[in-house]
Amino acid sequence: MKSQFVPPIGKITQIKGQCITLIGNDIDTDRIIPARFLKCVNFDSLGESVFKDDRETLKGKHPFDLEENKNATILIVNSNFGCGSSREHAPQALMRWGIKAIIGESFADIFYSNCIAIGIPCLTLPKKSILEIQKNKDNKFLFLEIDLKNSLAKSKNLILKLEIKESSRKMFLLGEWDATATLLENESLIENKCKDLPYLEFNNYFS
Amino acid sequence: MSQDTLFDKVWDLHKVSKLPGGSDQIFIGLHLIHEVTSPQAFGALKDKKLKVKFPDRTVATVDHIVPTDNQSRPFKDNLAEQMIETLEKNCLEHKIRFFNIGSGNQGIVHVVAPELGLTQPGMTIACGDSHTSTHGAFGSIAFGIGTSQVRDVLATQTIAMNKLKVRQIWCENILSKGVYAKDLVLHIINELGVKAGVGFAYEFGGPAIEELSMEERMTICNMSIEGGARCGYINPDEKTFSYIKNKLCAPKNKHWDKALTWWKSLKSDENSIYDDVIKLDASKVEPTVTWGITPGQSVGINQQIPLLEDFSPNDKLVAEEAFEYMSFKPGQSIKDIPVEVCFIGSCTNGRISDLRIAAKVLKDKKVSKNVKAFVVPGSEKVANEAKREGLDQIFKDSGFQWREPGCSMCLAMNSDKLIGNQVSASSSNRNFKGRQGSPSGRTLLMSPAMVAAAAINGKVSDVREFIK
Repeated sequence: MKSQFVPPIGKITQIKGQCITLIGNDIDTDRIIPARFLKCVNFDSLGESVFKDDRETLKGKHPFDLEENKNATILIVNSNFGCGSSREHAPQALMRWGIKAIIGESFADIFYSNCIAIGIPCLTLPKKSILEIQKNKDNKFLFLEIDLKNSLAKSKNLILKLEIKESSRKMFLLGEWDATATLLENESLIENKCKDLPYLEFNNYFS
Repeated sequence: MSQDTLFDKVWDLHKVSKLPGGSDQIFIGLHLIHEVTSPQAFGALKDKKLKVKFPDRTVATVDHIVPTDNQSRPFKDNLAEQMIETLEKNCLEHKIRFFNIGSGNQGIVHVVAPELGLTQPGMTIACGDSHTSTHGAFGSIAFGIGTSQVRDVLATQTIAMNKLKVRQIWCENILSKGVYAKDLVLHIINELGVKAGVGFAYEFGGPAIEELSMEERMTICNMSIEGGARCGYINPDEKTFSYIKNKLCAPKNKHWDKALTWWKSLKSDENSIYDDVIKLDASKVEPTVTWGITPGQSVGINQQIPLLEDFSPNDKLVAEEAFEYMSFKPGQSIKDIPVEVCFIGSCTNGRISDLRIAAKVLKDKKVSKNVKAFVVPGSEKVANEAKREGLDQIFKDSGFQWREPGCSMCLAMNSDKLIGNQVSASSSNRNFKGRQGSPSGRTLLMSPAMVAAAAINGKVSDVREFIK
């Protein structure tokens, strides 16, 4: 049984942990969390359903079912990971399973911003580096230490230069990835914007 | 970096501030919510002791979980009932306008907002649903967001976002007879790939796009996200304005005149700068059908499914996965592949014009006895109009089941699902593994007209043979 889920909070500067590798391009959010599990009014129980259909198809051989991966926290993926539906349930399910950061060739836009908004850094590496990591799967226990300040990932015998959008990196370092408070600080600017917009006056929809 | 495009203009107009991290804070003019991605956002507001800042700028409906056979309450599915009750409660508590079942205006959120006149040029529109790009058909900048961003819009009417690049997709000539917007957008995604749009907004333009009706334009923008682009849009024109005029929430009288003057000023400048431009010939597009597990894996009706060696090294991995999952053979014709379920509906193709076209194909014809076929109107308005025109009877006479409005088997959150490895001909937007409710179900995406043709023949067919 996994230890109790603790959501991330505040500044995120460093993530240490074991990697789990998932091979495949264009892995969509329907696969990460099939739609039937979206019938819920909170995210609490999503962790156990992550990749549910893929896992059932592979009958225990899916990376998320392997005993050796059960404590993994860093997910390694290929390109366009998280395409399709905007469901935040997908990164929420990954997070509740235990994933704290994702390194991949590329990410779909909405999935990426959902991850940032809940405190999961998504970092990219060139295809070659990802394939190398994935090839060394037999090297079962790749432990990485992600250093967001310097955009590096280190292991015993490996240093990887990671890419991350500068704005996302700053949000993690400043502890402002949970954006609501930051957005609210500009309350007067928001009010002013309302006065500026040409269409609000002719769009009093329901008055 | 793009300059003077409609996207640039609308973005700049809605920019509230530059945030410390470097993202822009963008004001959201219209916020749409539904039962699946909003409950946790309201929950988070409560946790943070925040209120909805502008309740009149958010509009709600219920679509994903509604049953399409029997919509009487309570729903048979307890979880679905709990979700609609939660939405009802949240809307009541926060004074948000909610178009519930039976209001005459309920339906798929991306069908409802345009038909109510809520969707207008020059707005920013956000919704916790990736197909929010649909609203770009009106020259708005519209994109899907996740639940945390739904929370942010509720609390602040703004979100933190990085500006997108802009790619113009210029479609020369016009579509030939029997070829529809769905075919064009499937063709575009096939040409560009499913990840080409990451980081981009797509501006669709050119004679083929101008020629399209508003509902066809919505089909195009709807599927931008399947090409990786979170946002797709079309510069507004007279068709846009006359579609909006007199709709329930459209500006009226002197407000209409003001709105029209402003809308007419809204388009990409002739000498605007794009980050990228793609040109293609729309007259060459054939009725198009997907054969794989991404919306990019499609072929023209008279073509064969590609051979493995036809794929670039990058696309080979997914192609192999698709062949294994779909059990189709490389080089096999797409035509004549047997189908077992036919579904007409969704935010891509569940509008009245879609139903008219399908009904025209089905008139005086019968659905093959091996096929289960059903049509799910995109909204109560669509359903009522279809009934007024007698389309429901044409569908029923042909053997199609006539259902109540909702998202239905596009994503199968209700009881409309594929069983086992059934093959469906579907007018929806995603052919992902397991998308239509069975972990081994197989989806072939096509236009509603092509779904109707497939239903009659019990196999993938060329609709042009029905509309000679």
